[in-house]
Amino acid sequence: MIKAVMVMNTQGKSRLAKFYEYLSVEKQQELIRGVFSVLCSRAENVSNFIDAESIFGLDSHLVYKHFATLYFVFVFDSSENELAVLDLIQVFVETLDKCFQNVCELDIVFNYSKIHTILDEMVFGGQVVETSSSEIMKAVEEISKLEAASNAISLIPKSASGWRSR
Amino acid sequence: MKEYIIRLVYVEMLGHDASFGYIHAVKMIHDDSLLVKRTGYLAVTLFLNEDHDLIILIVNTIQKDLKSDNYLVVCAALNAVCKLINEETIPAVLPQIVELLAHPKEAVRKKAIMALHRFYQKSPSSVSHLVSNFRKRLCDNDPGVMGATLCPLFDLITNDVNSYKDLVISFVSILKQVAERRLPKAYDYHQMPAPFIQIKLLKILALLGSSDKQASENMYTVVGDIFRKCDSSSNIGNAVLYECICCVSSIYPNHKLLVSAADAISRFLKSDSHNLKYMGIDALGRLIKISPEIAEQHQLAVIDCLEDPDDTLKRKTFELLYKMTKSTNVEVIVDRMIDYMNSINDNHYKTEIASRCVELAEQFAPSNQWFIQTMNKVFEHAGDLVNIKVAHNLMRLIAEGFGEDDDTADSQLRSSAVESYLHILGEPKLPSVFLQVICWVLGEYGTADGKYSASYITGKLCDVAEAYSNDETVKAYAVTALMKIYAFEIAAGRKVDMLPECHSLMEEFLASHSTDLQQRAYELQAVIGLDAHAVESILPSDASCEDIEVDKALSFLNDYIQESIEKGAQPYIPESERTGMLNISNFRNQDHHEASSHGLRFEAYELPKQTVQARIPPASLASTELVPVPEAMYPRESYQTTTVPSVSSDAASTELKLRLDGVQKRWGRQTHFPSTSTSNSTSLKTVNGITQVDGSNTANSRTRETYDSRKQVEISPEKQKLAASLFGGPSKTEKKSATGHKSSKPSSHMVKSHAPKSSMEVASEKTSVQQPPDLLDFGEPTVRSTAPSLDPFKDLEGLLEPTTQVSSAVNHSSTAAVTKSPDIMGLYTETTAGAHHKDSDILSGLSKPPMTNMVGGTTTMQVAQSSKGPNLKDSLEKDALVRQIGVTPSSQNPNLFKDILG
Repeated sequence: MIKAVMVMNTQGKSRLAKFYEYLSVEKQQELIRGVFSVLCSRAENVSNFIDAESIFGLDSHLVYKHFATLYFVFVFDSSENELAVLDLIQVFVETLDKCFQNVCELDIVFNYSKIHTILDEMVFGGQVVETSSSEIMKAVEEISKLEAASNAISLIPKSASGWRSR
Repeated sequence: MKEYIIRLVYVEMLGHDASFGYIHAVKMIHDDSLLVKRTGYLAVTLFLNEDHDLIILIVNTIQKDLKSDNYLVVCAALNAVCKLINEETIPAVLPQIVELLAHPKEAVRKKAIMALHRFYQKSPSSVSHLVSNFRKRLCDNDPGVMGATLCPLFDLITNDVNSYKDLVISFVSILKQVAERRLPKAYDYHQMPAPFIQIKLLKILALLGSSDKQASENMYTVVGDIFRKCDSSSNIGNAVLYECICCVSSIYPNHKLLVSAADAISRFLKSDSHNLKYMGIDALGRLIKISPEIAEQHQLAVIDCLEDPDDTLKRKTFELLYKMTKSTNVEVIVDRMIDYMNSINDNHYKTEIASRCVELAEQFAPSNQWFIQTMNKVFEHAGDLVNIKVAHNLMRLIAEGFGEDDDTADSQLRSSAVESYLHILGEPKLPSVFLQVICWVLGEYGTADGKYSASYITGKLCDVAEAYSNDETVKAYAVTALMKIYAFEIAAGRKVDMLPECHSLMEEFLASHSTDLQQRAYELQAVIGLDAHAVESILPSDASCEDIEVDKALSFLNDYIQESIEKGAQPYIPESERTGMLNISNFRNQDHHEASSHGLRFEAYELPKQTVQARIPPASLASTELVPVPEAMYPRESYQTTTVPSVSSDAASTELKLRLDGVQKRWGRQTHFPSTSTSNSTSLKTVNGITQVDGSNTANSRTRETYDSRKQVEISPEKQKLAASLFGGPSKTEKKSATGHKSSKPSSHMVKSHAPKSSMEVASEKTSVQQPPDLLDFGEPTVRSTAPSLDPFKDLEGLLEPTTQVSSAVNHSSTAAVTKSPDIMGLYTETTAGAHHKDSDILSGLSKPPMTNMVGGTTTMQVAQSSKGPNLKDSLEKDALVRQIGVTPSSQNPNLFKDILG
């Protein structure tokens, strides 16, 4: 299963971190730092796979991909295929790209919940559920449409109550 | 509010505390608005864990939301279920989730299955009655749901293969349909039909087909089809290919599939992409278990990967090498590993590679000498990371020697160990474990061969104890070693004069805070005060391997007891009958027997005395105070009594050794006695292993050599060398021709190999001398049969083959001989190095075009080597020396040693 998904920039600031097993905040930070220290020491034109046992414990592999200022990192155990996960990163980035038209770091910062929605459509409870970027897009769009609709309905009482409280 | 919560999530991701806002996230999931609710769910899944206090507020909402009409709400709730439901709350939501398996939306069905999978991971028993549901979902109309079902099934099958054998047919047919593009176009990814489903299916098939011929037979066709159809230009295509290889290597082997797998691997290895190389190396590591010969085709690619700057690839390659280590290539591989180990800082990986080195060295070591040297290197560079047991093993090996009755060889081994340790001691900052080994060996064997005086060794030991004054264990080892040396001196009848620094050290230890150190220091004082006879019985020289028989019943005390009882002493009352006594239950029975011997005074004395004896065996001085007089008169026996508890506890748990083993060394040297027999058997095995593997290896390489010899011309010779030493591959031909020519030209000084025939005789003679002749016979008949051939090049080889066989036979015998006498090893290494140079000399004289071409390469290689290592001159000198002496190049593979030397 997939243990964690991380997106971090080249300065080591994490932009997205999702752990599929619960870890305390401190532990998460430690892992993110650990991953970054490994990533930034990697030369270019080397493989995208790293043996992550020293950071994540036994039976963990790490696949990363570097796009512009961002590293996309997936950590998983031996029940996944490294090359396939590499393609999963590709799917993820493609979807983001479709969603935001030329995705950049800022898009991720400002649309944090949407990124999570996309990721949740792809990876569910540590298992890959959807790998077609168009399918994911469809689902995400539907969700935002429904969300907007439900928001419009609840807009009036909400604002009214808002007024009252003022 | 929604924005704030999202920012809070972000803040927490950046590592700040956001726990004050958790309750707001929980409140949000109760909201009616979908947007707010979803945000709330997102936040709680990221904030909380399944055992958080707030979960109790969420479960009810989740239950409600799972029944919602809006599928997005259901999805959000399912998402939370995965993360937040713990074992106790599973029953609360389980019925709803099972209902959702029949939900009209496939996305919901998919997620419900995943949620159940998650439950299975958390507590298999909670969903055990639902396994049939997974099977049912496998036939879902929607391929996505079917694909999702594969995840839990994979886990289920991993845990229990046999109950799912009936699904093999369905899996195969699904895979077939997928591969034949029967799925909707939407599932294609980069022109591959549903690759992720294919990968999962292949993984499952690999599990189901492992060592099951019948099940595997069903799979052959479809796996073969996928091999053919896979598009190896795209990443995902390669992922599927890789999975196929894994599958093939796991199921019952099929020749045709193995061939296609080998093809795929070679494509991987030849590609420029590091990712593919990595996968190729990994796949090779899997396949090598089934067909070891496949590695030889790829040796050069593997060597390339080993020299690649990419760390991941390098590690993977080391993993591969680790898997394919044989006794023929262990030296090169371990050497490489140690080199690499020195170059990295990552402690985790260093530990791993060190333990692998140790493991390989223990398993395949060609000679004890080499083993000790390798261990020294490992300890020196990664000493503190190695398991303490390794150090104990090393000590045992040095103490036991070869387990045979070859005393001279043993003592040579020991003196060489002592020498190397004295040399190493000069270096600053040695790891503690290594120092312990050094101290122990110096104590036991430092003065054994008479080369070094006792005062020299003791001086060194004092230096160690002073230099590492904050390491108690090392100091303890040093003191015990000092005591042993003095004891040996006294026993030998020489007068002992303690060095002044030793005196001051002892004084310091006598006042040490550590009771252990104090104890040892007192013991040392006591031993020095005794006469030669007593000392010899306390610490007999070179008796560390002798089993000391422990008389648990302490029968030798019977007379004493009898006497006491006659004098009116009370008989011993066993513990069970003495109620009301405090915590003596942790002492063993023998303690009470012991107590019986002198437990004849007042009851009040018994307790403290037992404690002392069980924990710290008293030295003779101390013992006179603590135990009755008669025991002090027979020191040897009294030691036995006192060691009883510690010995038995040691046999029970080796972990406790640290404190106890000094004690044992002192009296009994039982430290290792439990495993004496095992070590014997392993060393025997190694001898057999060498010959066996050698035989099969030559057989393998012979089948390859035509291919290799052609290829040689265009390959960089340096790599070839390494490849040869690792795989016993290409350069074999080179070696063969060399020996052949040499033997046909008697002008060389070689004494043993005047002519092929004579050397053959030599070989057979030796064979008859050696113990395992059947293994050597193995190769020879086949050689003859391959000799006649049409190809002129082959012809040449054919002519030469017998000689190689001979030389390898000689090699067999000599390796066997080497294992018996380690001192030959040194000479042997020199010889082969020399012989190698010789080979190239002779070869360069010849005008065989392909050969000379290659030899040119060899010489450049040597030049290159000279820039690498300083040893070249040395080895050239040795070469000259060897030529004067005239010894046969008895190695099957000279480069093997070449690599070590240069």
